[in-house]
Amino acid sequence: MATETRTPVLSVRNLSTSFKTGDGWKTVVRDVSFDVNAGETVAIVGESGSGKSVTSLSLMRLLAQGSSRIEGEVFLNGKNILALSEKEMRGVRGNDVAMIFQEPMTSLNPIFTIGRQISEVLIRHKGMTASEARTETVRLLEKVRIPNASSRFDEYPHQFSGGMRQRVMIAMALASKPKLLIADEPTTALDVTIQGQILDLIKILQEEEGMSVLFITHDMGVVAEIADRTIVMFRGEQVEAGITEDIFLRGQHPYTRALLSAVPKLGSMADRKLPTRFPIVDVKTGEAAEPIELSDTVEKGKTPLLAVKNLITRFPVRSGLFSRQTGAVHAVENVSFDLFKGETLSLVGESGCGKSTTGRSIMRLIEPTSGEVSLDGYDVMALDPVGLRNLRKSVQMIFQDPFSSLNPRMSVGAAIAEPFIKHKLGTAKQAKEKTADLLEKVGLSADMADRYPHEFSGGQRQRIAIARALSLDPKVIVADESVSALDVSIKAQVCNLLLDLQQNLDIAFLFISHDMAVVERVSHRVAVMYLGEIVEIGPRAAVFENPQHPYTKKLMAAVPVPDPARRGIRRGISNDELKSPVRGMDYQPPVREYRQVSEGHLVQVA
Amino acid sequence: MPVYIGKRLLVAIPTLLIISIFVFSLQKLLPGDPILAMAGEERDPAVLALLREKYHFNDPVIIQYFRWLGGMLTGDFGISLRTNQPVLELIGQKLPVTIQLATMAMIFALLIGIPTGILAAVYKNRAIDYIANIVALSGLSVPNFWLGIMLILLISVQLGWLPASGYESIFVDPVRSIKTMIMPAFVLSTALAAQLMRHTRSAMLGVLSSDYIRTARAKGLSPREIILSHTFRNALLPIITLTALLFGELLAGAVLTEQIFTIPGFGKMTVDAVFTRDYAVVQGIVMCTAIGFILMNLIADVLYAALNPRLRASL
Repeated sequence: MATETRTPVLSVRNLSTSFKTGDGWKTVVRDVSFDVNAGETVAIVGESGSGKSVTSLSLMRLLAQGSSRIEGEVFLNGKNILALSEKEMRGVRGNDVAMIFQEPMTSLNPIFTIGRQISEVLIRHKGMTASEARTETVRLLEKVRIPNASSRFDEYPHQFSGGMRQRVMIAMALASKPKLLIADEPTTALDVTIQGQILDLIKILQEEEGMSVLFITHDMGVVAEIADRTIVMFRGEQVEAGITEDIFLRGQHPYTRALLSAVPKLGSMADRKLPTRFPIVDVKTGEAAEPIELSDTVEKGKTPLLAVKNLITRFPVRSGLFSRQTGAVHAVENVSFDLFKGETLSLVGESGCGKSTTGRSIMRLIEPTSGEVSLDGYDVMALDPVGLRNLRKSVQMIFQDPFSSLNPRMSVGAAIAEPFIKHKLGTAKQAKEKTADLLEKVGLSADMADRYPHEFSGGQRQRIAIARALSLDPKVIVADESVSALDVSIKAQVCNLLLDLQQNLDIAFLFISHDMAVVERVSHRVAVMYLGEIVEIGPRAAVFENPQHPYTKKLMAAVPVPDPARRGIRRGISNDELKSPVRGMDYQPPVREYRQVSEGHLVQVA
Repeated sequence: MPVYIGKRLLVAIPTLLIISIFVFSLQKLLPGDPILAMAGEERDPAVLALLREKYHFNDPVIIQYFRWLGGMLTGDFGISLRTNQPVLELIGQKLPVTIQLATMAMIFALLIGIPTGILAAVYKNRAIDYIANIVALSGLSVPNFWLGIMLILLISVQLGWLPASGYESIFVDPVRSIKTMIMPAFVLSTALAAQLMRHTRSAMLGVLSSDYIRTARAKGLSPREIILSHTFRNALLPIITLTALLFGELLAGAVLTEQIFTIPGFGKMTVDAVFTRDYAVVQGIVMCTAIGFILMNLIADVLYAALNPRLRASL
């Protein structure tokens, strides 16, 4: 698709963006220059704070006026759009350049029909009448493969799933046949199978419409699949730009190499038996640290630390005049598994598959409907409130969001010491020593105990949350999407921390995640969940190298792999939606049968 | 939607029952004997006993409660101890006056509060925003009675533009009726307008920073379309809820305002009834107010649902 270049569609020269702060102007994007040619896809990749999104918003001039300053030149078809008046710029936005965003759930106005929201663009930029716009909107909805397009014109955003809303956003962006589409993390909030669909759709539409795409993302896998050329950004600067393949295989800048080494790559564990630490590459020198081999921590054969049998958790769905129960969300349906000391069992699956509910049901943070859970000698289902409190000494949880899971008004030292003190495990002095020790253990320093959460970065906060979970010396930690919200390089570090803790403390992890590549890296065993049930479970190597269940295969095929050889890969356009585990009152869960594929590798057959 | 309204009306029944018990027992617990108040100078025990018998004050309290409740269900709110008129008839005479005052005050409050709130949000941290906030704070801090008296002195006494007090039915002389109501309604509206302004401002700011407004801007829509259609329609939802809650404040404020401007309305009747221990009237007024308040909130919730497609679909 490398077209011979006459005038680039977009040409950015020395773009700098600053924001007004308490003490003057702070530059967040510095001296960025690049071109996007006709029909080309250019990716801007970077971690949070790299300035990639600010760059895209600067191009559209969507930053708040007054508190932001954009310098440099941005030529769109040879015309400098930074020199246009705000009124002229409105004729460019949504017309010559269109944009789609990360959050499909919130990017559409909830009180207008999706038809109206798309028509608006046609009426505004193409001067169509309402009825012309309606016909054209239906055509656009068909183009983005929304089933029954004409009947969905009058529906509201809440009636669409996340993936379908992103299709609506794309239809809206395509409405005025723009020369350039800016896609700011368009698939980040979507489930992996839906992400695959949207990436395919963007590729096909780009060919059909002949438009250029500027793709902003943090996901190296997505970059490898979609981009002709790639720009790597780091702390507001463009550190490297070039043909995607060159960036991946012959990256010059140390940061590029550090970023790529931290990216978990599905399939990279083929010849390994045990979980493996991520190689950490120094951002400044580009040198990789010596890999540390891990030893086998799993104590098989003994009684499992955690045994779950036929766990069922359902939530009633009520409706009508007297709120009668009319159905149930079958969040967890007949789930059984064991977890041994020093072992990591991962629960993987997409939204609504019941993986988080399973984790919470085991701790009775959510009351299960039925089943047996035995954890470190406790019969969990039979515990009274006092017993449940004692159970917390054996099992702790780490959550996804390191920003909201720490109390902002409590020093981190107090937060870490609190469980220890509340469970009366020692004196205040001992608690203080314990806290200092834990902070060191998670890679922070003891003198940070007096600081407050806002003084830490996301990765550091997740370390604090881990330290807090460790303060009761638990035997099992339920890690619910604990690394999902972190940047690639931080994610690699936190994963390494979890592996190190397992080496030193023999902790068992129930690792709940949607990220197949991370799961492959850290797990001993893997359970794939779909609609509340485990459809496949087994040793990590068996599940990843010899997947049996169709859903496992579909899930693995959908994961973007950071390998430029996969550029242009198509998965075959489909618009299957994720199914819902909401069932009517008369639903009888079928009796499932499992087939043994190899030792410990079971797959659901009926 | 009908199911939703039905459900809300069903929920209103226990609410009203609790209010009725509360009102009734409060009356019984209050010091002071209505019979003595009614009898005036008359202290003949025989007369007092007769009166007690006539108004069933000798019955057990529980019987008195159910007699009163049963009466209300059939439209009989009892007889005023003071004027011997049926309570419902008294309320029927005064209620239209207060409804007119409240409606005009609410219109003023909405007309002042919402547009200034929108302007303050759009011009956040600029001169308009600061001025609007200062005016709003004054609106909240200046006592009604002081503002009322000042307005009477300035506009009626000095300038002679509007009558200082009095009341004319809107059905008899609409122009005069509205003229006499302008000042009281304005005084009553100030605190409401200030609260509406502040809530409108924060609701608008919340919506303006949302992702879908960014989408609207990325589409190239004009500021007018973005503010009035995409933002305001969404910001309106919390404002509707607030407006219904302010209705209670409006009735409380009306009591004072009617005193200042000597308007013969509900508020004045309430004060008179409380002072003369006219139980039946006080009870009737509280029940009517409660029903009004519940109805206002029901209307607000229905409006809210009608404007919010997500709720509309689930009803």
